[in-house]
Amino acid sequence: MQIEPNVLFFELALTFYFIATISGIVEIFRGKKNTSKVSLYLSIIGFVFHTVNIILRYIESGHIPVASMHEASSFFSWSILILFFIHEFKYKLGLLSSFIMPIVFLIMFSSSIFPREIKVLSPALQSYWFGIHVILAFLGDAAFAMACGIGVMYLIQERNVKSKHLSILFQKLPSLQTLDELNYHLITLGFPLLTLAMITGVIWANSAWGTYWRWDPKEVWSLITWIIYAIVLHLRLTVGWRGKKAAILSIIGFVFVIFTFFGVTLILKGKHVFM
Amino acid sequence: MNILIVGLNHKTAPIEVREKIAFAGPKLEEAINILKKSNTVKENIILSTCNRVEIYAGVSDMDSGIESIKDFLSEFHKVSRDLLDKSLYLHKGTEAIRHMYRVASSLDSMVVGEPQILGQLKDAYDTALKNKTTGVLLNKLMRKSVSVAKRIRTETRIAASAVSISFAAVELAKKIFGDLPSKSFMLLGAGEMAELAARNLINSGVKEVFITNRTIARAEELASEFHGKVVPFENFTNELLHTDIVICSTGAPHYILLKEQVHKTMKERKQKPMFIIDISVPRNIDPQINDLDNVYLYDVDSLQGIVDTNVQERAKEAEKAEQIVDEEIGSFLKWHASLAATPTVVALRNKAEEIRKAEFEKTVKKLGPMEEEKIRAIEYLTVSIVNKLIHPPTAALKSENNDKEAMLDVVRKLFQLDTEKGKDEET
Repeated sequence: MQIEPNVLFFELALTFYFIATISGIVEIFRGKKNTSKVSLYLSIIGFVFHTVNIILRYIESGHIPVASMHEASSFFSWSILILFFIHEFKYKLGLLSSFIMPIVFLIMFSSSIFPREIKVLSPALQSYWFGIHVILAFLGDAAFAMACGIGVMYLIQERNVKSKHLSILFQKLPSLQTLDELNYHLITLGFPLLTLAMITGVIWANSAWGTYWRWDPKEVWSLITWIIYAIVLHLRLTVGWRGKKAAILSIIGFVFVIFTFFGVTLILKGKHVFM
Repeated sequence: MNILIVGLNHKTAPIEVREKIAFAGPKLEEAINILKKSNTVKENIILSTCNRVEIYAGVSDMDSGIESIKDFLSEFHKVSRDLLDKSLYLHKGTEAIRHMYRVASSLDSMVVGEPQILGQLKDAYDTALKNKTTGVLLNKLMRKSVSVAKRIRTETRIAASAVSISFAAVELAKKIFGDLPSKSFMLLGAGEMAELAARNLINSGVKEVFITNRTIARAEELASEFHGKVVPFENFTNELLHTDIVICSTGAPHYILLKEQVHKTMKERKQKPMFIIDISVPRNIDPQINDLDNVYLYDVDSLQGIVDTNVQERAKEAEKAEQIVDEEIGSFLKWHASLAATPTVVALRNKAEEIRKAEFEKTVKKLGPMEEEKIRAIEYLTVSIVNKLIHPPTAALKSENNDKEAMLDVVRKLFQLDTEKGKDEET
């Protein structure tokens, strides 16, 4: 049997993400002062293969490859990596990769479970809005994924300082303020992206089906996710829910993102788009 | 030539003795130049810090080397030989190499892992280089020591964490706030440890400083020292609104800051984090304050706990470092042994003979069948050329000579006698 090139590149990317995740986790427990960059380099290699996979699928299908659960979750983890690299090179935070790569790998792994054949887009989806809508939605979700990983880092570092028992991680993790600011920055990035994604989605729904909003489960859960992040931002700006509370909220928010993404499609079986 | 270290440090001599033996400023250059003129001390470097004075020397004879260095010290500083004999330690040969490595990598320091000593050692070496008091032996030893120290720094966590209360406080502040220059801090009360911590914070960049004290005169005194603003003691709680770091050390017998007050302040601050250090005994700040979100309260015991853990960790790391020192001594000894005349002469001869033989055989092969007599003649020719060529260098190496070790080093490099053993590992 001949392996299709795009499948080969997908498997390569998945493998490298796996090794990057393992070496990232090892790095957390390694008693060295300097954080090694192995996990980051492995994830970059994986990302290159992943990008080739996405380009090949794009060429073959003629549209952004997000038309099936397999493609959508693969594209989701790819978007997280883009944000991860930007933040890694801009802020050079110790151990960021150890907390982001597990998320990337798990989403990529779930992508590998879904059927991989290339689907033909239904005419309703062949719209100008389709591309804009999904790119905005995925970048927004990627920002929330990053906020979640950084929220976990915050909680660990906060535990370190509060408990007055400083582990090796105390040295390696960034300062609380840095983590808190980044968490805030990512949510202020993700929220408008999600808002725009919903607006473009509504416009597109109208042009495709003639109604703006149909209370389909995906729409409802997206709205719930949107409301949660709206509350996170509101509480932060008015009563100062920062630090620990903001970190916990950003983790909860991401659980909703994941449920909206996988849960709604698999459990609630909405009519929404691709599947 | 052999390596000798004569010195004293905080373990062998009290400050009263150390300050007598110290070489301050220009005295250091004067001293190494006097030592340079000695007949037995061929090379020398002097390190003089507040915790130690050490003379690193390359001597032609150990016993007379020790004598002349002691004589020199006693004359230069006008101290009795008795006092010197009581305080000085001696390290010879292999032990001297070990000591040098341990000093450079801060294993011999009062606070193990402190970073200044390497810089001080480099300065001492620079001064020696400028005055040309070193030679091939100490140059190699010094460069090797620096690279050993660097290796230990990267391969162990010996200098990774704070080992004093005031530094532990700064380290925590950095992990809570990230950048300190944009933060403000308040010194509540006074006291040696509190002032030390305050000074460390200011050195780390904290700019805005509030000072408050029951005695207004004392507050003003401290304010001028730290370039801070005096806040009346009665309403210091109001000022907490703009304060990120508090160091508290008053003599009050009760809590002067309660949970409700901080809770209220935190609301007004919109939960901007606060780091409170309570150095006072009895404690002046309600320990329950640590339960509030975004407030981090440390008392003397919790800071001491961190310091103790760090000290233990350093001790553990120091063991790893000693192993590295052991390994590295071997490589220095190997180099030093190669500087003896006999192995160098043998190596040189072997190398020459190897080349001669190879070239001779190649030529004979090329010329084809020939009379035995002619082959002999050619061989004789090659042998005599080689012998004539290597005779002067081997003779020079065998003779007694002042720069013998430098010469050996040069010969080994010129004729590439060490190439099979790999490159020189110094960096």
